[in-house]
Amino acid sequence: MAEDNKTINGSAINRRHFLRDGFWGACMVSLGAVAGLLGRKYKKKDTVWQIDPYTCVACGNCATYCVLEESAVKCVKVFAICGYCDFCSAYYEPGAVALDTAAENQLCPTGAIKREFIEDPYYEYTIDEKLCIGCGKCVKGCAVFGNGALFLQVRHDRCLNCNECSIAAACPSGAFKRVPADKPYLLKETVHT
Amino acid sequence: MVRPGYIINRMAVFLVLCGVALGAERFPPPEFVETNHQLPPINQITDVTPRSDIYEYIDVGVLLAALGLSSYLVLRKRSRRAIFILMVFSLLYFGFWRKGCICSIGAIQNITLSIFDPDYAIPITAAAFFLLPLVFTLFFGRTFCAAVCPLGAIQDIVLLRPVSVPKWLENMLRLFAYVYLGAAVLFAATGSAFVICRYDPFISFFRLSGSLNMLILGACFLVVGVFIGRPYCRFFCPYGVILRQFSRFSKRRVTITPDECIQCGLCEDSCPFGAIREPTAEWPVGYYEKSKKRLAYLIILVPVLAFLCGWMGFAVRPVMSRMHERVRLAERIYLEDTGKVQDVTDASTAFRATGQQTKELYAEASKIRDEFGLGGWLVGGFIGLVIGLKLIGLTVRRQRVDYEADRAGCLACGRCFEYCPQERLRLKNAKEIIGES
Repeated sequence: MAEDNKTINGSAINRRHFLRDGFWGACMVSLGAVAGLLGRKYKKKDTVWQIDPYTCVACGNCATYCVLEESAVKCVKVFAICGYCDFCSAYYEPGAVALDTAAENQLCPTGAIKREFIEDPYYEYTIDEKLCIGCGKCVKGCAVFGNGALFLQVRHDRCLNCNECSIAAACPSGAFKRVPADKPYLLKETVHT
Repeated sequence: MVRPGYIINRMAVFLVLCGVALGAERFPPPEFVETNHQLPPINQITDVTPRSDIYEYIDVGVLLAALGLSSYLVLRKRSRRAIFILMVFSLLYFGFWRKGCICSIGAIQNITLSIFDPDYAIPITAAAFFLLPLVFTLFFGRTFCAAVCPLGAIQDIVLLRPVSVPKWLENMLRLFAYVYLGAAVLFAATGSAFVICRYDPFISFFRLSGSLNMLILGACFLVVGVFIGRPYCRFFCPYGVILRQFSRFSKRRVTITPDECIQCGLCEDSCPFGAIREPTAEWPVGYYEKSKKRLAYLIILVPVLAFLCGWMGFAVRPVMSRMHERVRLAERIYLEDTGKVQDVTDASTAFRATGQQTKELYAEASKIRDEFGLGGWLVGGFIGLVIGLKLIGLTVRRQRVDYEADRAGCLACGRCFEYCPQERLRLKNAKEIIGES
């Protein structure tokens, strides 16, 4: 090493080097210990963030706290749970003057829910994800009066999978979880068969 | 057209049902007898999958390659230009392409959490990002900081008019990184927050979006970074703290010139990070006796400092523990239950909806606070120890006959190489030899 000939006497070199090698070994051992500790419980699969729909309170933080300008959280729907109601409390604002598709009657601030007549008296409501901002207004509406077919989920084509999710940090009910990347969704189950 | 009265009626029912449990299927899903309408399939949702795992392995591969190449460029090729090019690549790949996540600095918290939380299994990429640069540092010095870390790269690029920071100020500011490391480990271990990620000043640039506060913070760092070399790396980076210490014992190190130093002092001007140590003068008369006494006092002072700081860490546990969501919630519920506040928050409403006992929540919160008490002792003690050792380090005189790069502080950027007249001579000679042959 370059500094060998720069130290003053021989004994200093040896002590220095002995200490340095000792500390070097200690660092290696500690790294090995950390690696061993991790190795015992490491997971091959990465984890991703997801919302537990049964814990979510649809507070609206998802729309604003995401680091992306347009949140990675969107509303999704399990159609098997939906009652296909004519009066959909996720679609209509409380106090809507008429049950039609006029904008003033809609609960969704971006008009992302499409209402379509299927057969009397059933209507199908679908979500246009491009318009959805993940505010959860419809989720709340559906949960308090309907079947709860609508709920918020992290959409993994958008989510950056931040090490600390800033929505999770702002979630009032602790609904955000790390889930295995091969099962990235927590969907609601149907009660009716 | 529906009569308004009908809707008002419905609204009344709506209000009555508000208290009913969420998500009950009040309206049986219909059977479409007339149209035989098919429900849209569920895989509309589940088909949107996260990025494939293969990319994570590619990231680790790129990290490994970049570390190896950086070490080669710093120790063998000795080319600032090549180091700079690799640095720009790392900024583009780990920064803008991978959006800065996951990074080695943040991985400290994943490691900590996985050690303290039995339920948290660490992804292999986080472990690799934490361990690989440390291993490389033990062999080759801080070549990770030189050209692989995207946070270092973005600061290095804006460094146009470096000014030198006074030694005393640099030593003081550096202590902050230790406090930051201690706090980050404490908050990660208790499962409260990942503060390193939360206050990462450059990640908003990498993502090209972020909160206004973080953008302003990042911009401030970059503006300061035009004059003060890599302010985040030197004074704040918690991973840098670990790398510093590991780099002290590295097998290989940055040499300003492999040839003999002619003590011109040019390299010292070239280093924007104040990491080049000048040769020491002869010891003044009587210095030895004085320094012996000072060292003895300091050695006595170290445990006192560690105890004091530990106690301080313990004393601030009520404030620190508020970083944990359950403690915040418990304090809020207490305020509401004792009538000290009238309104409710989303969090308290959500808690009451779960039907969990307030007592359980209080017990949980006080357990977390106790953890913070113990953690406060440990982290505070660690910080006290660091301050004490720092003072000892400042009093101990090392004998140096040449200008050399400080093992701990050198970021291996390679700026000093071409400032050294000996190095230029060496390169010229090498060229001539190549020319002759």
